Amino acid sequence: MIRRIETHDTMAHTPAPARRAGRRSPLATTALLVVGLLATGGAYALATTTATAETTAASAELIDEGGKLFAANCASCHGLDAEGTAAGPTLIGAGALAVDFQVGTGRMPMAASGPQAEKKPVQFTQEQIDAMAAWVADLAPGPAVPADRYIAGDGDAANGAELFRINCAMCHNVAGAGGALTEGKWAPGLAGVDPVHVYGAMVTGPQNMPVFSDLNLTPEEKNDIITYLMYVEENPSVGGWDLGSLGPVSEGLFIWIFGLGALIGVTIWLTAKSN
Amino acid sequence: MSTTTTPPASATETAPGRGMRFTSWAANYVDERTSASTAVKALGRKIFPDHWSFMLGEVALYSFIVILLSGTFLTFFFDPSMTEVEYEGSYVPLQGIPMSVAYHSALDISFEIRGGLLMRQVHHWAALLFVAAIGLHMLRVFFTGAFRKPREFNWVIGFLLFVMAMALGFTGYSLPDDLLSGNGLRIIDGMIKAVPVAGAWISYLLFGDEFPGTDIIPRLYVLHIMLLPAITIALIGIHMVLLIVNKHTQFAAPGRTNDNVVGAPVLPAFAAKAGGFFFIVFGVIVLIASFFTINPIWNYGPYDPSPVSAGTQPDWYIGFADGALRLIPPNLDWVDPFGFTWPFGVLIPLVGLLVFLAAVALYPFFEAWVTGDKREHHIAERPRNAPVRTAIGAAGVTFYAALWAAASSDLIATHFRLSIEGVIHALQFATVVGPFIAFSITKRVCLALQRKDREIALHGFESGRVVRLPGGEYIEVHEQLDDFERWRLVSFDEYQPLMIRPNDDGKITVSQRVRAGLSRWFFEDRIAPVTQNELEAQKH
Amino acid sequence: MAEAHDGTSGETAGKAVAPQQDHSAPPPAVAVVRADRIPNPGFPPERLRVTDLDPKKEKQAERTISALFFLSIIGSVLAVVAYIVFPIDELDPTTIRLNNMFLGIGITLGLLGVGIGAVHWSKALMHGHEQVEQRHPTRGSDEARERSVEIFREANAESGFTRRTLVRNSLIGAVVATPIPAIALFRDLAPAEDPVALLKHTMWDTGVRLTRDPSGTPIKAADVTIGSAFHVIPEGLAELESHRLEEKAKAAVLLMRLPVDELNEREDRAGWSYDGIVAYSKICTHVGCPVALYEQQTHHLLCPCHQSQFDVANHCAVIFGPAARPLPQLPITVDEEGYLVAQSDFTEPVGPSFWERAL
Repeated sequence: MIRRIETHDTMAHTPAPARRAGRRSPLATTALLVVGLLATGGAYALATTTATAETTAASAELIDEGGKLFAANCASCHGLDAEGTAAGPTLIGAGALAVDFQVGTGRMPMAASGPQAEKKPVQFTQEQIDAMAAWVADLAPGPAVPADRYIAGDGDAANGAELFRINCAMCHNVAGAGGALTEGKWAPGLAGVDPVHVYGAMVTGPQNMPVFSDLNLTPEEKNDIITYLMYVEENPSVGGWDLGSLGPVSEGLFIWIFGLGALIGVTIWLTAKSN
Repeated sequence: MSTTTTPPASATETAPGRGMRFTSWAANYVDERTSASTAVKALGRKIFPDHWSFMLGEVALYSFIVILLSGTFLTFFFDPSMTEVEYEGSYVPLQGIPMSVAYHSALDISFEIRGGLLMRQVHHWAALLFVAAIGLHMLRVFFTGAFRKPREFNWVIGFLLFVMAMALGFTGYSLPDDLLSGNGLRIIDGMIKAVPVAGAWISYLLFGDEFPGTDIIPRLYVLHIMLLPAITIALIGIHMVLLIVNKHTQFAAPGRTNDNVVGAPVLPAFAAKAGGFFFIVFGVIVLIASFFTINPIWNYGPYDPSPVSAGTQPDWYIGFADGALRLIPPNLDWVDPFGFTWPFGVLIPLVGLLVFLAAVALYPFFEAWVTGDKREHHIAERPRNAPVRTAIGAAGVTFYAALWAAASSDLIATHFRLSIEGVIHALQFATVVGPFIAFSITKRVCLALQRKDREIALHGFESGRVVRLPGGEYIEVHEQLDDFERWRLVSFDEYQPLMIRPNDDGKITVSQRVRAGLSRWFFEDRIAPVTQNELEAQKH
Repeated sequence: MAEAHDGTSGETAGKAVAPQQDHSAPPPAVAVVRADRIPNPGFPPERLRVTDLDPKKEKQAERTISALFFLSIIGSVLAVVAYIVFPIDELDPTTIRLNNMFLGIGITLGLLGVGIGAVHWSKALMHGHEQVEQRHPTRGSDEARERSVEIFREANAESGFTRRTLVRNSLIGAVVATPIPAIALFRDLAPAEDPVALLKHTMWDTGVRLTRDPSGTPIKAADVTIGSAFHVIPEGLAELESHRLEEKAKAAVLLMRLPVDELNEREDRAGWSYDGIVAYSKICTHVGCPVALYEQQTHHLLCPCHQSQFDVANHCAVIFGPAARPLPQLPITVDEEGYLVAQSDFTEPVGPSFWERAL
């Protein structure tokens, strides 16, 4: 199974050092991150080499493990054989990537029914997620977790930005701040989302998000989009604090409350008689 | 040290130092050519009353000066052409992307020129502050009745300045030619096309082609940096002259009457305060611009008719118009029997807003007609002492606020976890019914506050001291106000509704009936100020 | 200095009845003037400031004020220093942030120092007693008014403005006529074509391939998986030498694939879709924003500008928001190579409504 930098550090994984170094642009912060991860994950990586093996075929053992986890945690909604029930869709053909996205962002298992499944603290370790993904992938072919080079974020940021504006910005906002959908649904903000989850969302079209298959946006183009998102995240707004990148509404509120508010304070001081 | 106040003739009386000699020479030189001493004599010791709310107009004026200064800097670098070029600047996510020269130069101001981004942010923040200060200033003038005779014209000029500020703001918002401003223009284009008979033609002529064309940015630029500022400066000039002619209003206080102005003279105290305040306003704007991003145009990318960003909104002062567009119910196109299309979904908000703006502009004349009041008013009224006017204002504010909120309906939905449909329906309700509710609540609150004032003026305020009387009864001691404190509570006018009277021909016209009816509505519920006799009676 | 005054019965500005009262109107005297009004108590005793009472405090205020002015000088110098020591490095956006921030802090100090210092000076040290100025009615004096009437009368007599009615009226007519050329001048703001004809046609035509925005690569029907949304432009648009944006503003299309059984097609549009693939104009029929928020499960399209919602499963009927009409549908099919192509142009004008739209 292919892994990436884990942001949930309690389940720190077994990253291959070379891969990690190439993943992000060689910025100082990244270098620090690499050092930190090497220190914490290095020992673990030495102890268990299986997790780093870049194989696409999952072992029978892993699938078995996944089946058990599925039966215990998911089957009540998705059915014992993932055939789907009234409470949840079938997962036959959903693929490993969908499982990785849904469970890896904490959306699944769902806590309560609502307009849409929300991002929550992740309930499983990455091994468990991988196991379930392997089990689902074993049911029928579906989108697999992408190769590292497609989520490395080393593509063409300008092309990614243009594709993002055309395909994504109308829901997620040009700066990835998120936006409203119909009937209480929303497109989530993209800050801090792991590249593999960005990739997974595009390929699998979770919930109401349209599918952007490789025939629509090639894996390279997806990598460009990831590159752009990483650029935005790594380079804070040059003008100062960005007020949530929400556009004119937050700017208007700011000038009324803090700009005019401060100046009204000044006028009161100005016209009050001195002690 | 004063350069202009010293009358040239008297300056020679004492044996002057070298600096003084130069000053008097210069003053004389100027005065012999300009008669400046006349102006100094007339204005130098003019009295300005002090109240924090009287400074709001100054905030607007000073932010306008900041806009002019920063805007001039920007014109040195901005190129409004819509010719297509490829981006070659330093912002990585746009490199190699085709864009207009206008957007390219706006990016260069932000990324390549030291202080350019600061000036852009100063300019934009100052613009938002300018309109906000005008809005608050108008509310202050409205709720204190400071628009009454002789200041009706100045209200109208102030209103025109508000409109100019919005026009300047919108043209400026459009200039960077980024995705946000382009979609804003597209909305304007859609609204213009809805105009009956000539809509398609007006749009075509304005844009110089089909939307978006290649002319609109240069055209808006000329309006933004020449025509609109010129009109605005002229209007500000008239506004100031009328302010001097009419003198400033003041709040009621002991010693202040309708016939005097109490405060600080222009030279030196008021000039120092007002001059200092200019620097403070400027400083606060620069401070905001150094720490807070405004309109990060680089995020939006060049204008392209296909993409759009979630959360596409106008700047706050156009929000009410955008909100009105959002609140109208669906499917209101009507094709008349001749085959012409009437897009009522756009026309109703458009006409509604024009009516609302006209009502704001003409309100002073309406109130003067209804009340029949032809006196000059120089005492700013406390809002509670004019309950119906205050209630009308509250209704207007509610209407505006509901439309304004509607412009951010999507952000309200996401940030408060509501459904967008629910937000829109609630705001539709608030727009239609809200003003009536606000009117009735405000009027009641005003009357209640007046009653409380009356109570305090008559009986004093509760001192918090509880005393046991010989009979065992407990009472709280009320402390009487002194004359100065009481004056603030009793110095207002009581009005009676107009009576219907026949005119010279012995007829009662419809307009008179309407007028009397409105007058009754205006003054029917009223609280009389405490009189001397009541006060005496209370004391015994 | 300030005599007690109740604001309604003054001799100058506060007349209860204006002198130029119009006799046909109802009497405007509506303010109730009571004989037993509480009188204005006059000015209260003034409170002195600490700087008036205590020379030490005065000295202290002086020091504070000059310190503020010195601080301002330091700030202004710092701004210049910041300009030099925080240059913009093309490769590092952080430098712009630092330049913006430190330049701004310097200027802010420079401005606020002057401002706060001047105000403090005015408040603490300048003559602090309230002063009184009398108001006068805004109207000109009777003398001035009489003289102005006289001037107009003289001017009228000397010119014959009211007497020579033919001259006057023809002058008014002539002046009114002078702006007419300006109206004509504005015609050339735009080219000579008829905009209405332009609004009714787009680049789509029989056999024009649907291509991806912005790359312009053609799309095969098989590429469009269920739940997909493709942002589409007509073939050749990306290569247009002129009017690229104008054409794109009309021709932008959203391509979606729905499960066939969930797609409810109008009878008169049978054959406009291909195996569940439908193409709709992306330009909102409200005021023209790109409607592109496609929800693949509900099949709703949402406009991010004014929240109009369209139901793709039901020929894009308006189900919420201010839009007045369904989005126009582009009839599509596939060519022999399997690429999606338009059957024709849109059958109605795209985008917002206009006067001649239905003609």
